[in-house]
Amino acid sequence: MKKIRWRSRLAIACAKLTSLLIRWLHRGNGVTLPGYVARRIDPEILSVLSGLVGEKILAVMGTNGKTTTNRILFEALRAEGKEVLINSTGANMLNGVISAFVLAVEKGRLKADYACVEVDENASVEILPMLKPDCVLLTNISRDQLDRFGELDMTYEKIKFAVQSVPGARLVVNGDDAFLGFLLKECENPQEVYGMEEEIFDAAARSEVLENTFCRFCGARLTYSLIHYGQLGLYRCPGCGFERPWPDYKAKNIVEQQGSYSFTVEEKFVKIRTLCPYHVYNTLAAYGTLHAVGAPREHFGKTMEQFDFGNNRESTFFIGGARVQLHLAKNPMGFQQKLSLMCSDSRPKDILILINDTAQDGRDISWLWDVDFQHLKDAHAAQILTGGARRYDMGLRLKYEGISSKAAVDVGEALRRLTTKGTGNVYVVVNYSGLYFTNHILQDLAREEKGGGYYEADHRTSVS
Amino acid sequence: MKLTIGHLYPDLLNLYGDRGNIQCLSRRLQWRGIEAEVRPFFAGERVDFSRLDLVLLGGGSDREQELVCRQLGEIRQDFRSYVEDGGVVLAVCGGYQILGDYYRTAKKEIPGLGILPLYTEWEPGRLVGNIILDSPLSLAPVVGFENHGGRTYIGEGTPFGRVLLGYGNTKTSGNEGMMYRHVIGTYLHGPLLPKNPEICDYLLERALERRFGGVWKLKKLSDKLERWANSSIVGRYCDRGYVWRERVRRRLPF
Repeated sequence: MKKIRWRSRLAIACAKLTSLLIRWLHRGNGVTLPGYVARRIDPEILSVLSGLVGEKILAVMGTNGKTTTNRILFEALRAEGKEVLINSTGANMLNGVISAFVLAVEKGRLKADYACVEVDENASVEILPMLKPDCVLLTNISRDQLDRFGELDMTYEKIKFAVQSVPGARLVVNGDDAFLGFLLKECENPQEVYGMEEEIFDAAARSEVLENTFCRFCGARLTYSLIHYGQLGLYRCPGCGFERPWPDYKAKNIVEQQGSYSFTVEEKFVKIRTLCPYHVYNTLAAYGTLHAVGAPREHFGKTMEQFDFGNNRESTFFIGGARVQLHLAKNPMGFQQKLSLMCSDSRPKDILILINDTAQDGRDISWLWDVDFQHLKDAHAAQILTGGARRYDMGLRLKYEGISSKAAVDVGEALRRLTTKGTGNVYVVVNYSGLYFTNHILQDLAREEKGGGYYEADHRTSVS
Repeated sequence: MKLTIGHLYPDLLNLYGDRGNIQCLSRRLQWRGIEAEVRPFFAGERVDFSRLDLVLLGGGSDREQELVCRQLGEIRQDFRSYVEDGGVVLAVCGGYQILGDYYRTAKKEIPGLGILPLYTEWEPGRLVGNIILDSPLSLAPVVGFENHGGRTYIGEGTPFGRVLLGYGNTKTSGNEGMMYRHVIGTYLHGPLLPKNPEICDYLLERALERRFGGVWKLKKLSDKLERWANSSIVGRYCDRGYVWRERVRRRLPF
């Protein structure tokens, strides 16, 4: 094994010390600052460490689904007995990625056969050239935190630039996304495509606002023979004949049955335990990526059967006989899927929507108006509360759909009331910065209860 | 009694929740017992201005903006006479830029419709953030969110408002947007109208006057939520502690 140069070693030592300090002082879980420290000492630390990964480096990008897909890759590779490096949730900017690598070094060696790295689209221009991934997975491009990214087209340009800077990296792409279809045409990288042709999304999951419906090459409007959701579907340009690329990996025979989806890809049968149809995409994406880099896949089916998607909830709590589900929704497409999920639960429920506008969330909350909230009328909601810094904006949005709501100034108090005097079925939907905070409140509430307090959470609840 | 709202090219110009403006216009009419018809015009469709009472142009990316200009170029004359006749137009962001003479980006120059005497030039450094205006059309401050790379120069034109917080047209002019006859051009998203109901009612009253004659003063509605949403933003920036904390936070490197 190659020796790490001295400058990098110093950087790693300092970063580890920082991480220890953060945890010792209880200032969060320290997943970005160590990366910053390491980078200040050795600006090339990421290139040095990424060169030490034993087999392959996989980069996962896209607006929605990258965390889940990355976790699937991680679990699937681990099931094959590999040492896998992964960055923690949300730590997908440069500092977060460096932290993941730096903290994985033990006794001067990087213990990793594979690296599964979730990369933020905006940071990809910086990260990809240093990371030198063998494979880049792109799940979809939709609007997300526009005040940070500017316009959708600029996100596209950034991703294109980033991908072109690593011409050797194999692209694995969701071909159903028209935006990514354009990207394939404009990039020289070796490419593989996945997709599906069966209709599995309901009306609540589909949003009226199409993200992009115009051909980049000739400006004509794309026609769709089937729309999955957003701009995802089977598209074709009547102007220049540009059309959805033929998928190398196609999910066929998709069947929904009692809280699970099953499908076949390349004659392999895969079954996943989830209520959300978009996890079929995530699973398919992970399979395609593993196939593209030639990773072993013997246990893929078994891993997936046991994989906990958590229906994209962050965690479930049982407080005083009430079941509380905590969900993260940070962009219109994600929110739309949550609405669909709430509508599919026919029991009466209480809903708390918490909207903040910190820099992490995106300070512009106008995206709320791109979500079709009218579906919430069919969600059997006993009451709807709005919380967070932008609770009145959220209430106003609902008012325009003819849905009445109440503003909750004190979220802790509101949750306490909902769990004791509500329907016993509580949905909490938060955007990014509210997650850590709400999670804490709910944990405390669960703990307060003697004996009965119980919660299950997966590791995704870690927020930097 | 009915007003027709024309939503121009929602498939091209649909950035940042601008359809909230449409919803606001039509709902506030309906709440007063006046019918509202929303007529979207998709790319390639011909716009018949004679049947419209309100026109909304939203924001889009530069690429989409260029497509719109090509479409609108054909009906520039109709559009102009609609405006000169006192027709009501709300143009936001990209739509605002289109109404001017041209928009010069780093790479090229996109010709505008030349309806408002203004022009826009792109400069590095996007102007992004919450914005608060003092506008002659509204007693309450006008709040919204701006996000634009272009700097718009309005010359002698009347601005939509004076900037109390944020950047506005050019970052330095202290003005935001432009008004001309019954046209409002502005950079404010948010969307603009739901949180600023006085602006919405102003537009509706002008449209009603043009269609039915006389002087219109719409019945007041209970705008409690609207006022709270508006003043929660204004109040936040009146809190000196918040402003300082934000300033420090933004300078942190991580």
